[in-house]
Amino acid sequence: MAVKNFVVGLFDDEAVLFPAVKKVRTAGYKLHDVYTPFPVHGLDHAMGLRETSLHTAGFIYGITGTTTALSFMSWVFNVDWPLNIGGKPHFPLPAFIPITFELTVLFAAVGMVMTFCYLCQLMPGVKKHIFHPRQTDDKFVMVIELTEKANAEEVKRFLNEAGAHDVNEQRAEAGWWYGRFDKADEDIYARPANA
Amino acid sequence: MSLKYESTLREPLVDGVKDYHQVTEDIISPIEGKPGKLWYVGFLISLSLLGFGAFSVFWQIYFGVGVWNLNKTIGWGWDITNFVWWVGIGHAGTLISAILLLFRQGWRTGVNRAAEAMTIFAVMCAGQFPIIHMGRVWMGFFILPYPNTRGPVWVNFNSPLLWDVFAISTYFTVSLLFWYSGLIPDFATIRDRAKTKLRKLLYGVASFGWTGSTKHWQRHEALSLVLAGLSTPLVLSVHTIVSFDFATSVIPGWHTTIFPPYFVAGAIFSGFAMVQTLLIITRKILHLEEYITLGHMEAMNKVIVLTGSVVGCAYLTELFMAWYGANNYEFATFFKYRAAGPLGWSYWIMMTCNVISPQVFWFRKMRRNVMVTFVMSIIVNIGMWFERFVIICTSLYRDYLPSSWSYYRPSWPEVGFYMGTFGLFFTCYFLFAKYFPVIAVAEIKSILKTSGENFKEGMEKYETETAEQFAHAVHHEHAH
Repeated sequence: MAVKNFVVGLFDDEAVLFPAVKKVRTAGYKLHDVYTPFPVHGLDHAMGLRETSLHTAGFIYGITGTTTALSFMSWVFNVDWPLNIGGKPHFPLPAFIPITFELTVLFAAVGMVMTFCYLCQLMPGVKKHIFHPRQTDDKFVMVIELTEKANAEEVKRFLNEAGAHDVNEQRAEAGWWYGRFDKADEDIYARPANA
Repeated sequence: MSLKYESTLREPLVDGVKDYHQVTEDIISPIEGKPGKLWYVGFLISLSLLGFGAFSVFWQIYFGVGVWNLNKTIGWGWDITNFVWWVGIGHAGTLISAILLLFRQGWRTGVNRAAEAMTIFAVMCAGQFPIIHMGRVWMGFFILPYPNTRGPVWVNFNSPLLWDVFAISTYFTVSLLFWYSGLIPDFATIRDRAKTKLRKLLYGVASFGWTGSTKHWQRHEALSLVLAGLSTPLVLSVHTIVSFDFATSVIPGWHTTIFPPYFVAGAIFSGFAMVQTLLIITRKILHLEEYITLGHMEAMNKVIVLTGSVVGCAYLTELFMAWYGANNYEFATFFKYRAAGPLGWSYWIMMTCNVISPQVFWFRKMRRNVMVTFVMSIIVNIGMWFERFVIICTSLYRDYLPSSWSYYRPSWPEVGFYMGTFGLFFTCYFLFAKYFPVIAVAEIKSILKTSGENFKEGMEKYETETAEQFAHAVHHEHAH
């Protein structure tokens, strides 16, 4: 994506974080993201994120599995090689149900996990900027993007008042890149910020 | 009060005064240290068992299935017994991770990671048996419906054995995906606090570049919920289909409609026993007694006594139907050759271990006793192994033709193969316990504020006030 400038603030408690998110949104700052060590219920709504459609994707994958299994087995037994197995019918629906069910589940699960990884850009070898090493431990890290309209000092003061601590400014790549977490990747950050 | 309120009457799920950072420390620091002596000893024992198993399998493949003591009367012996036993053990992991998630049982968070790992390793062990049992293992891919140059000749989609191929492989894949998607955030936690370059690199790769973004968590939650919803019928279907391997046949003793629920209950029964065995050792060695509490063990023991009794009812129902069904052959199978006869001893081991002994768990004192739980978990697993042995062998060894009646005891490659799967299972489990977070760190944190001991203490003032006062206070707070 692009290298941008951010103001980063740390929160210790969800109870302080929620009103702070509200304040940032009413003040009109561009909330880049909030990084949390565990799923904080209701934070997505507080940030104004829309519901995910991952369920719908899962349903579609499941239906695909159902039709694949049913049509494939029927094709094999009726068209490709009709075989008399103990005089049983060529379209034995009850006998098809177990495999149909398994393929429905398999398609839905594999499809959803792949979609999840695609949407969240998750893959072995993918690297993203970590704003604070304890964002996966115990801190709630609020990141505000510095647009040309925002003043860094003003945003910092604002975050401090909202209850954040260790407020700092960071220049970082906002998207993902291929990299290793044991390397510093200075060249990525050396690119000029476009903000 | 933005968080859910939970009564202080309910036992805390995490003991001790802890904050989020302490949780991370407690669970992740064993991964960062050197393993203890016990770990090396256990790991080496597992590796040598695995080696012996590999040798036994080599022996069987080199000389043919004849090295096993199976014969024309008893075509399924230890191999299929072990297959069903291992698959059954796997079921508890999925039950804990999926069904208890849907039922919103908070206690599952302490044990789900290890239980899911157990599922995956158990299914890996199970899968070996039908494949090696084929004899010509190199033809193993014939079980897959792929376009081939022999017609193409397709597999028989009517066959329960083929359903099993689909069920087990789907089960393994979905369990693995479910488990790994839960591990990604925890790997990121290890990565971000790693001091060494190698650890940063490896856990960086394993964590797929997870950051903990709110949008990603939202999708992660949706994914977990749907995977749980899919796994719930899946886990029931897998052992149902395993039971179809028997129930759709015409062998007296196998041909019964009670098999699917009976097998599923038995699977959960033995699986929970194995979870107990593993977790009692794990919590002791890794000092996780505050996360895997007596409350957790008690909850699992309740499941054990319930499913054990369900299984007991199934045994009695089978006996009743064998008499009431007025089929001479079925009557003979159950009353002359299963509960009595040359293999009758195995039936009574099964009855004692599965039906009688778990009844001690009706007593709270016993449910909360670590030693009793540990011993019981092993007894239950022995009992459940014998259940499968009884079902398979005592139905086969006295067939319709007295001249082909036979007896069965395993040869050393059969025993060695079984020991080898123990080796595989524990090798994987030891590696898991050393390099993976054995407790779902992020999930524990998400229940800490409602169910942690120190947070529960803060709730005492809400316990003393009346419902009106509480409602008034909440209303007052929201007004601001």
